Amino acid sequence: MRIFNKLKRAAVAASLVLSVAVPAAHADEQYFPLQSYRVGPYAAGGTGFFGGFIDYLNLINTRDGGVNGVKLTWSEGETQYEVERGVEVYERLKNNPGVAAWNPLSVGIAYAMIDRITQDKVPLVTINHGRTDSTDGRVFPYVFPLLLNPYSETSGIVNYIASKEGGLDSLKGKKIAVLYHGSPYGKETIPIYELLAKKYGFELQQIEVPHPGNEQQAQWLTIRRAKPDYVVLRGWGVMNPVALKSAAKVGFPVDHIVGNVWSNSEEDAIPAGDAAKGYTAITTQASGAEYPVVKEIIKTLYDNGKGNLEDKSRIGSVYHNLGIVNGILNVEAIRIAQEKFGKRTLTGDEVRWGFEHLQLDPARVEALGAKDLFHSINVTWDNHEGNGYVTFQQWDGKKWNVVSDWIAPDWALLRPIIEKSAEAYAKEKGIKLRTSEDQVTATN
Amino acid sequence: MSGFDWQFFLEVLIGGLLSGVMYSLVAIGFVLIYKTSGVLNFAQGAMLLFAALTFVSLVERGVPFALALIITFAVMVAIGIAIERVVLRPLTNRPPMTLFMATLGLSYVLEGAAQLLWGTQVHGLNLGIDDVPFEVGGIFISQFDFFAAAVAAALVLSLSIFFRYARVGLAFRAVADDQFAALAVGLRLPRIWATVWAVAGLVALVAGLLWGARLGVQFSLSLVVLKALPVLVLGGFDSVPGAIVGGLIIGASEKLAEVYIGEYFGGGIESWFAYVVALAFLLIRPSGIFGQKLVERV
Repeated sequence: MRIFNKLKRAAVAASLVLSVAVPAAHADEQYFPLQSYRVGPYAAGGTGFFGGFIDYLNLINTRDGGVNGVKLTWSEGETQYEVERGVEVYERLKNNPGVAAWNPLSVGIAYAMIDRITQDKVPLVTINHGRTDSTDGRVFPYVFPLLLNPYSETSGIVNYIASKEGGLDSLKGKKIAVLYHGSPYGKETIPIYELLAKKYGFELQQIEVPHPGNEQQAQWLTIRRAKPDYVVLRGWGVMNPVALKSAAKVGFPVDHIVGNVWSNSEEDAIPAGDAAKGYTAITTQASGAEYPVVKEIIKTLYDNGKGNLEDKSRIGSVYHNLGIVNGILNVEAIRIAQEKFGKRTLTGDEVRWGFEHLQLDPARVEALGAKDLFHSINVTWDNHEGNGYVTFQQWDGKKWNVVSDWIAPDWALLRPIIEKSAEAYAKEKGIKLRTSEDQVTATN
Repeated sequence: MSGFDWQFFLEVLIGGLLSGVMYSLVAIGFVLIYKTSGVLNFAQGAMLLFAALTFVSLVERGVPFALALIITFAVMVAIGIAIERVVLRPLTNRPPMTLFMATLGLSYVLEGAAQLLWGTQVHGLNLGIDDVPFEVGGIFISQFDFFAAAVAAALVLSLSIFFRYARVGLAFRAVADDQFAALAVGLRLPRIWATVWAVAGLVALVAGLLWGARLGVQFSLSLVVLKALPVLVLGGFDSVPGAIVGGLIIGASEKLAEVYIGEYFGGGIESWFAYVVALAFLLIRPSGIFGQKLVERV
């Protein structure tokens, strides 16, 4: 029976993948095309994130009847985290009416979509990832690396280590090793760690782990010989548990390893077993099911058999909560845009305007039932990250526990570097820099 | 060389050799199939994933460890027999490339089936062996890797005894030497192939459990085949001792290269360095160190 149910679910998923026709366009519907990945190597993250995202959209429909009466709709296209499939799904779903925004949760797919979404004038949300310089809304009007770009993450981690050592001045003379995934994602923060090492006077060693990262003996022996005070783990997928296990093998203390935002999930810690106990990682959203919005999702959806996660024990996990927060940000952008353009189906460019005014202070976050789930966001026309705060969580062998206050990255330090990179991109592509006057034009 | 840290060198070397044994475990599965049927079974990684995922899912559902092991072994035997019946038998006498493509397709089917049956979640697997180091003369050696090496040695010994003394094992060798001659003396090839696929399933189970305990039981387990390929090129596709020696050479050389010359290439060289070593050997000995030399009349 169980297998039958799984086959049935697979058939439903397949029909979703194959279906080109989404619900017919109604004037009161806003549509989310989802380039999800529920099978393949990264399915664990994909099911959690897209499960949380869909749960929140479903909550808004069930509880509120949509956003000011505008129903939210969505359909999924399976990408298996592969760029070409992601682009194919984009081309297949983009003509559906009322597209609000794209949320691929994949650096590769996001990169491949930038020119397309810019031409189509629909926002591309890359929460916690994506190109750092897409933070600069002067050059990337439709790309939103919400809450945290890689440079801010780097600064947040260094600030956290400093707080453990007694302040930024205490970093002088310390040794930090960065173990990074051998991919463009892994390498993106190399210059920022170098910059911060120079600024704060710590000794830096950056060590690459070749993809996929299932062998790290050599890297960890090198680390043991170098005897750093901290190791920053900038990993992905199988690289993370292997790093924690390899650290244990060479006797490096796990509580001196700090994981980045893609090394911070249950899927990263559980396979490492006891070797992960005491491991700390950065996050923009806390895990756990005790937040009012998560409780409401459980009560409204899961208690009525409408939840998206197959395994209820994953409710409140890191990826599930990231999906919920992503849902909040998308829905609030629509709500804000509706205040200006009317309570109806919005165009992609109108939703872009909504994202560029997505300002949720802690009071508004609390009103949304997300107090302590995430801190706040303050997106503007030229700052598409929105100055998200970070916190740090520690793995106790079974779950993550928050162990720090909300920490602000050093945005002032990072902004000129981001602008320089974005301007170089604009020059290469022949893009005219936007001004604050350009933000008000919603044309499509 | 006075400043050379020999102790560290030995530590890297021993760690590399122990890693190499893990590669050999995967390579042996390839060798078994290739030796008897001439098929490069690209689905070995998927079989490994399927075995580990089945085992850990059973254990998580409350099935006792030993019973889960027996059930998983039975499942792998059944899969081995099914592969022979459904995939290989209809393709008998087809070119090797056709058979290779069939196993490539098979790997996708097995990966998909594993996720469909047991879900996409990542699982931890604890075999009860502490993954902490013990010290010998100032050198740290991983307990788990040491255990894995002992298991691999036991497996190779068992396979060697099986091939040398067991009736079926002798039949394997006969088929490996000359399929037509084996047929002529009355050996039933389909049954032998089914048995060898079942044995490959057992190897996949052992390798899956050890790699699963090392990496966690997750989809990327199927990628460990990439570690086995240079081992096979180096050791020979049809030699179990070759798989062991090849694994040791690849494991040690890639780790030493990463530590000592990696920085000159920007780091992260071990994944491709293994193939450089394998290709270098290929130029000198195209059939690998222990591989059978093919002499063909043209």
